[in-house]
Amino acid sequence: MTDVSVKMDAPFEQSLLDRSPVPTIGKEIARIDGPRKVSGAARYAAEHFPDGVVHGVLLRAPVGCGRITAVDATAALAMPGVLAVIRDERMIRNAGDFGGDAAPVQGVDEVAYFGQPIGLVVADSLERARAASLCVRVSFESAPGVFDMMAARDSALPPTDDIFGLFLIHTEQGDVERAAGEAKFLVDTIWETPSQNHAAMEPHASVAIWQEGRLTLHGSYQSPVVTRDQLATVMGLPPSQVRVLSPFVGGGFGGKLGVMPEAVAAAIAAQQLGRPVKVVMSRQQVFETTGRRPMTHQRVRLGANRDGRLTLVQHETITDQLEGEVFFEPAGLATHLLYAGENRMVDHKVVRTNKQLAVSMRAPGEAVGLLTLECAMDELAERLGLDPIELRLLNEPETHPEMDVPFSSRALVDCFRQGAARFGWETRNTRPGQMRDGDWLIGQGVAAAARGNLFGPSRVRATIQGDGRVLVETEMTDIGTGTYTILAQIAADLLGMPLEQVEVRLGDTNDPRSAGSGGSWGATTSGSALYAACAELRARLAAAAGVPVEAVTLANGVLTAPGISRPISELVGNGLSVEGATEPGESNQRFNQTSYGAHFCEVRVHAVTGEVRVLRWTSVFAAGRILNLQTAISQAIGGVVFGIGGALTEELVHDPRTGKIVNRDLGEYHVPAHADIPAIDIQFLEERDPVANPLHAKGVGELGVCGAGAAVANAVYNATGVRVRQFPITLDKLLPGLPPVAG
Amino acid sequence: MSWIEADSGAALTLSVNGMRHDLKLDARVTLLDALREHLQLTGTKKGCDHGQCGACTVLVNGRRINSCLSLAVMHQADEITTIEGLGTAENLHPLQAAFVAKDGFQCGYCTSGQICSAIGMLGEWREGWPSHLGDRADAAPAIDAAEIRERMSGNLCRCAAYPRIVEAIEHYATHEGADA
Ligand code: FES
Ligand code: FES
Repeated sequence: MTDVSVKMDAPFEQSLLDRSPVPTIGKEIARIDGPRKVSGAARYAAEHFPDGVVHGVLLRAPVGCGRITAVDATAALAMPGVLAVIRDERMIRNAGDFGGDAAPVQGVDEVAYFGQPIGLVVADSLERARAASLCVRVSFESAPGVFDMMAARDSALPPTDDIFGLFLIHTEQGDVERAAGEAKFLVDTIWETPSQNHAAMEPHASVAIWQEGRLTLHGSYQSPVVTRDQLATVMGLPPSQVRVLSPFVGGGFGGKLGVMPEAVAAAIAAQQLGRPVKVVMSRQQVFETTGRRPMTHQRVRLGANRDGRLTLVQHETITDQLEGEVFFEPAGLATHLLYAGENRMVDHKVVRTNKQLAVSMRAPGEAVGLLTLECAMDELAERLGLDPIELRLLNEPETHPEMDVPFSSRALVDCFRQGAARFGWETRNTRPGQMRDGDWLIGQGVAAAARGNLFGPSRVRATIQGDGRVLVETEMTDIGTGTYTILAQIAADLLGMPLEQVEVRLGDTNDPRSAGSGGSWGATTSGSALYAACAELRARLAAAAGVPVEAVTLANGVLTAPGISRPISELVGNGLSVEGATEPGESNQRFNQTSYGAHFCEVRVHAVTGEVRVLRWTSVFAAGRILNLQTAISQAIGGVVFGIGGALTEELVHDPRTGKIVNRDLGEYHVPAHADIPAIDIQFLEERDPVANPLHAKGVGELGVCGAGAAVANAVYNATGVRVRQFPITLDKLLPGLPPVAG
Repeated sequence: MSWIEADSGAALTLSVNGMRHDLKLDARVTLLDALREHLQLTGTKKGCDHGQCGACTVLVNGRRINSCLSLAVMHQADEITTIEGLGTAENLHPLQAAFVAKDGFQCGYCTSGQICSAIGMLGEWREGWPSHLGDRADAAPAIDAAEIRERMSGNLCRCAAYPRIVEAIEHYATHEGADA
């Protein structure tokens, strides 16, 4: 079905994006879906009202490990409007996440974590379903579980799966013990990062509709096709009988991958009752029953010579996950490549706990791994008496320090240099705890950002319709990332159409399959598939006009070539449609592709209360060509703020007796609010990466969070002289070490 | 079980965006669910249902409230304005337009609440309501970023469009007069 595809085996030297006479790519272009979003017209998953729709509320396990022995629904079923209390063996224990088309663990009796779904109450209104759900009596036997990862650290084992080879479990070179013994300067530190919740503002929701044996699901999903495949497996249907629609998704951050329990419950209930069923998770259910970034225990050991050159880079991580699940937090991902150094070791181990499923959350790996590595680098710089930027520049590797491959592009040094100038780094406080403004201690911190880039398989259909309008269709989603706008820009530039003439349809599994939103590769993979389709359309237009494609210029809806000028709409007959695709090629292996950046943060810490405020921020990034400067800056800001939250406030607290999440709402789990965030200065460096893809762009969506928290932590240290190694840095951890209040 | 016999749904009239709607609702229905589920005015969002996120903010007689914390039956006599009542995709309210121009959102799910909240907040500012920053309304000629941040902190945005939301509100407040 695919007409053309692009495979990245070698650099793609000439991008057609550089030949557009009136480019929109690279500019600050307002989102084309913006008017619908700001006027409330965009419809999210729960906002569909098929005839006869009824409401389901999930029942969940009131025990952290054990077995449901009886469920008494008599009282609930006697309540007005209650239609069913459903406990079905097909229901799923947790999200499908990375599972391909496999079903997640199914069943409603065995309990592996507190809050696990064990049934669904359905009634003719939300109020009635909710009230009835409180009247279902659940009996259980509890079993001893593992609820405290830190206490169970000795049981940690290597992960069972390396996630398609992307998460290296263990790498080692040289002799780390000898290097540690011989290092003139050694930093050997232990860090802890807590579980976190994605907390997308739109709770997970599904509306399931059956029609003639086919299932349609309106759901809030980052990768509808993966959700569809897993849902089909769970329901015992061929994927072609299932359609998932996610045209608008109210945030994802990794928390809406795979199929979720509410979708399966809605599908089963709708099948059983013969009418559409809507299941929307409450915020508490989102916190307890979707997924979390797992906690980590990390050892970072760095050794250096007197001249500041690293001789040892060692990063060992212990994290936690449910038994049988493959994902683990690959905290050492960036450690493989960020700095030079001969003796190296990166290791990951997993403790199996009875806690909610661990999943990827915005920059899995780097978000918590750079948090610790970049703090440890700060500590090493201080030992060496070096400026922290100087230490990093001294250890800039020429090629990948562990694999014999070049970097496709790497502008980390430039990011530091330009960021330092923008931020005014040279006037910083160099002696921790010594800069004061009344009751406030002032400090500055810096950290590197790095996030891997990959090329994956994706498909997009582009059509020039008979009236000259362009239609772009793909199952890819826009979860706030700007996909609608970026795809429209690519089509507009490559087909010579005004942006208003391009319509983009997303998030429908009936359309060509994409790589989904996740891993920062959505825009580059779907954009490249669209690029391929548009390149082919250009060739067909040239053929229709009888001129060689190289001679053609397309602009403002008109094809021009020497001696010819024709409206494009005249060349397409009833319409021209091409499906473009991407295929990962050898470039993924032959080069290391990574986006980079440098964060600069200024904080003030109250000398009496320990309150931390972020005052000032600059980040400079290099991520290849920036497709839309407006949405890219927004993505970068969003990432940085995620980093600030991770450094200062965000922590899921598990009850060590049950694994239950204690702070399961937005009142107690503290994501940053308006007052926490100052103006954020973002700059993207001019860069092109021909190795990455035909767009010459690298991923942006997760780069901002990488290292951001470390810049905060280093600034807090610089302000106070207190190094907190258990995140988040809350005031109770700072207070004991604060300098005496000036008398 | 008589306390749950909610068939005796209360008849009520809600006035939303200048239109009157006759409804018969379970007394437990919140204003938020009345808008979303019964009137299908889904521009108003549910992020937490507990007054912790601000996504459900609407204007009741010009004042901003979290509609999830209020029962529909309490609003018979009120004039309710939702995001749909401010402007449409084709004919945006100037504050909505400022959000698009400044990119004051990403996923868009908190956006209705941010916009309705900002309208209410600017009204509070004009009337001289103090904030945690102190009683500055009389002194300052125009609202500044610090006041906006403080007064908008009940509206969470996980996409963290915060700096750009503040820019959009500041732009609107200074360029459009806050009276539109
Ligand atoms: S939904 Fe009302 S405040 Fe969150
Ligand atoms: S735009 Fe996504 S939560 Fe604010």
